[in-house]
Amino acid sequence: MSQPNPKIKMMQGNVACAEGAIAAGCRFFAGYPITPSSEIAETMSLKLPALDGNFIQMEDEIGAMGAVIGSSLVGVKSLTATSGPGFSLKQENIGFAAIAEIPVVIINVQRGGPSTGLPTKPAQGDVMQSRWGTHGDHPAIVLCPSSVEECYFMTIRAFNLSEEYRTPVIVLSDEIIGHLTEKITIPHHSDIDIINRLKPQSDPENYLPYENTETYIPAMANFGEGYRYHVTGLVHDETGFPTNDSKKIEEQLTRLYNKIEKNHDKIIDVSEYFCDDMDTLIIAYGAVARSAKQSMLKARQEGHKVGLLKLNTIWPFPEKQIVKLCQNIKRIIVPEMNFGQLAHEIEWATRRAIPIIKYNKINGEPITPLDIYNILINRK
Amino acid sequence: MSYRYEIRLSGSGGQGLILIGKILAEAAAIYDGLNATQSQSYGPEARGGASRSEVIISDEDINYPKAEDLDILLALTQEACDKYVKDLKPGGILLIDSQMVKKLPKENFKIISLPIIQYATERLGKFMVANIISLGIITTISNLVSGDAIKHAIKARVPKGTEGINIKAYHTGKEMAEKWLKEHPEN
Repeated sequence: MSQPNPKIKMMQGNVACAEGAIAAGCRFFAGYPITPSSEIAETMSLKLPALDGNFIQMEDEIGAMGAVIGSSLVGVKSLTATSGPGFSLKQENIGFAAIAEIPVVIINVQRGGPSTGLPTKPAQGDVMQSRWGTHGDHPAIVLCPSSVEECYFMTIRAFNLSEEYRTPVIVLSDEIIGHLTEKITIPHHSDIDIINRLKPQSDPENYLPYENTETYIPAMANFGEGYRYHVTGLVHDETGFPTNDSKKIEEQLTRLYNKIEKNHDKIIDVSEYFCDDMDTLIIAYGAVARSAKQSMLKARQEGHKVGLLKLNTIWPFPEKQIVKLCQNIKRIIVPEMNFGQLAHEIEWATRRAIPIIKYNKINGEPITPLDIYNILINRK
Repeated sequence: MSYRYEIRLSGSGGQGLILIGKILAEAAAIYDGLNATQSQSYGPEARGGASRSEVIISDEDINYPKAEDLDILLALTQEACDKYVKDLKPGGILLIDSQMVKKLPKENFKIISLPIIQYATERLGKFMVANIISLGIITTISNLVSGDAIKHAIKARVPKGTEGINIKAYHTGKEMAEKWLKEHPEN
């Protein structure tokens, strides 16, 4: 036996999400417990009171989403977590957070669907819902962890992105990663970069909460600090009051679109493995990226030229990063625990210039390395 | 030579199989400096229903965290044994409770049949510690983690006030395994 290093922990993915949120400065959680995300709520309920934070179990997921919007408005970084049907219930208020530009983080630990579906089984069926679940044109940032360490660091990043861009950010986990326990090295808090929302410099009388600035991101005042302003789900002008003026509508909705669109390079994050020398590219995210990596390593050992692109963010869609890798390859393999939600985007990004082999599993069981290896070897 | 050792702990919900999976993984990763993952699969029931917990131990990075080719299968119910024995690799170890699992599969692996639940009830007075007895047997037979590591991990994970009986349960399992090894010197 060796002397344990106190920084190295064995931690569950869901617990790591909660710990990451706390490290990012989150001090409010509202939620309604649902498998397979409940450990996030459980951990927050234990930890937050000791940090002068607040945990509240709401009557349902709609209320929980409303509560985190309210607490963020007074300046407290806020988290909610859910799964399956709970994610559906949150959609209306996610849209509210998007148009009112309120930083919040939503963790969705995916389980089988639709509806109550498969409470204890993994799936990746919410890829499109995480992008388009709430109605209207709206920005979306979605991160996809595939390890316990990524649960921790991506939750921190989700808070940073939400604060920087004044927008709801979704962490799209899955049952495999959420319930996986593995090693994690917890960094010292001084080694963690924290981004906080931009506060207004102007005096309260002249504050414009939705000002069309050069960066597209207006400064945000906390409620209760003397800055009075109006928050609504209606399309509003720069004062926050509803407008029907077509010029102002266009100006505000374009700004909402541009604040993410013009910052793709800063937001999108992918990892490349053996992509310099390959004829086959696997594109994967979440738990499936681990199976893909194992099958790739086995195929490489046998002399097959396989590379892997792991998507750490799936929205905004990493079109440029995918196209860049498609210069000299013969095929792309896209394994997903759904019927091919992201494969469809990849077909669009590559304009179908390269054959795409989809591997889809929707029976509640994980995609195994052998599943992907068999495609690598047997399907040309 | 690098290795990947796969263990599945199976039975019914409420038997504490997820807990011993976590203890075993922590013993390997925190106290013995190896890599380990623990994952689980269960139905929607809080008690009853098939439950399984899986531990992978390796000296390398663990990509795929689920077990496919088992080195050890613990089955505390007949149902679990019937369902999972197909995943045991040739030469692997099948550890079963001798009262709960009567119908034995015939394949190319070692079967260790021991009165785990009976010992928990009669010798330790607590049905609930059958999981920790199983852990004592598994770690003794496999030699995967050190005795100190597993004892530290048990104390760190079991409910406060139950450390004593759980360490006793671990030793009971260890002795059962040592006796079995003496009676089966070919192993």
